[in-house]
Amino acid sequence: MTAAWALFLRDFRLSLSAGGGFGLALGFFVLVAVLLPLGVGRDLVLLERLAPGLIWLGAALAALLSLDHLFQADLEDGSLDHFFFADAPLELLVLAKVAAHWLTTGLPLAVAAPVLALLLNLGTDQWQPLVISLLVGTPALSLIGAVAAALTAGLRRGGLLLSLLVLPLYVPILIFGAAAASKGPGAPELLLLGGLSLFALVMGILASAAALRLHVS
Amino acid sequence: MFGFSNPQRFWQLSSALLPWVWAAAVLLLLTGLYWSLVASPADYQQGTSVRIMYVHVPAMWMAMACYAFLAGASLISLIWRHVLADVAAKAAAPIGATFTALGLITGSLWGKPMWGTWWAWDARLTSVLVLFFLYLGYMGLWAAIDDRVKAARATAILALVGAVNLPIIKFSVDWWNTLHQGSSVIRADGPSLHASFLYPLLVMGLAYMFLFAGLLLVRMRTEILNRRIEADRRRRAASETLVPTSPEGAPHG
Repeated sequence: MTAAWALFLRDFRLSLSAGGGFGLALGFFVLVAVLLPLGVGRDLVLLERLAPGLIWLGAALAALLSLDHLFQADLEDGSLDHFFFADAPLELLVLAKVAAHWLTTGLPLAVAAPVLALLLNLGTDQWQPLVISLLVGTPALSLIGAVAAALTAGLRRGGLLLSLLVLPLYVPILIFGAAAASKGPGAPELLLLGGLSLFALVMGILASAAALRLHVS
Repeated sequence: MFGFSNPQRFWQLSSALLPWVWAAAVLLLLTGLYWSLVASPADYQQGTSVRIMYVHVPAMWMAMACYAFLAGASLISLIWRHVLADVAAKAAAPIGATFTALGLITGSLWGKPMWGTWWAWDARLTSVLVLFFLYLGYMGLWAAIDDRVKAARATAILALVGAVNLPIIKFSVDWWNTLHQGSSVIRADGPSLHASFLYPLLVMGLAYMFLFAGLLLVRMRTEILNRRIEADRRRRAASETLVPTSPEGAPHG
């Protein structure tokens, strides 16, 4: 238990430190919301209709960018080998890393979403479903992304391959997330999104740990 | 199963089987094509364009079957470290991707006259498109990892993660309101298709299966040959010495 907690704290602090990339995903997220009206057109009515889906798309892409180095640094400096000698099971350590990732990526995105909603003319009564859907759905993004990150860690051009692997798996999360973002807390889409996150919790952790074992031989 | 894990044995077996598989594929394909394109009735609503069904539906059956085969082989490869399982999975992927693309294109061609649109983002079409990208990602991961053993296991994990998509594709027309029609063949109450349509469809399905089997065996044999060449090259490179011992290479002076 202490090994997992120590790993979680380490990753959390590393992300928050200078060069840890904490602000980068957030900055990208906001920039996407800035660029979207410039590309799609400044029609406020249109933007309001598109806003939940576009914000969700921004969240998915921002998560994608930050997944690249989830296991990369640990693989490079050899700390990945130490994961296998820790007193905690590898799956718990992976959970610790993904939890730190979500706290520094998904959670800030969900909190920053009202700012984007403002930029995209989404009414304030719509903010609550949007933030709730992001809070429920972004863990799934981190968990499923961790599988692809573990599989592509250490590969050249791993980042591009990561995107190709992860985006098809993000499709159901995006579909249900964007649908839940415009409906209230009792909506079936939100419940399904929660189900997806729970399923990702089990499958993502198991598959990521299995993939990490490949890098040690 | 483990009797077949010897590549030598597999080679002999596939050499014996291949002519029959190809013969069956060609025979079934010719029979199926004639029966479906010429001898079967036109639909009362769709007219003769219903005949795209005989190319589209078996392609989609194979697209899903190939992935199921790939996932099954990946599971065997992971659990039992079966030597030929990852060869089989690697060989099946491009075939499955091609069947998926064929199904998507023929479906699109069928959709334009029937639904009025080349594409729709309904559950069935979207999940099959996701399947296509899963195939591409799987092939990309194989290509990206140099170590063959590591690549086999990484791609096996990826294949199993993506296998979640298969029941989604199958039941998408039941779970959601889709533009794509519901199941007419593989359903709980049995096929709802009339025999005059069903039988040519099944013959075409069988033909596609034998086609897949033939292509799979050829690809697996090619992969085994490639690995032998690679091993041979490595052995030669390892046995080469830096200072040549032959007279032609003797140092001057």
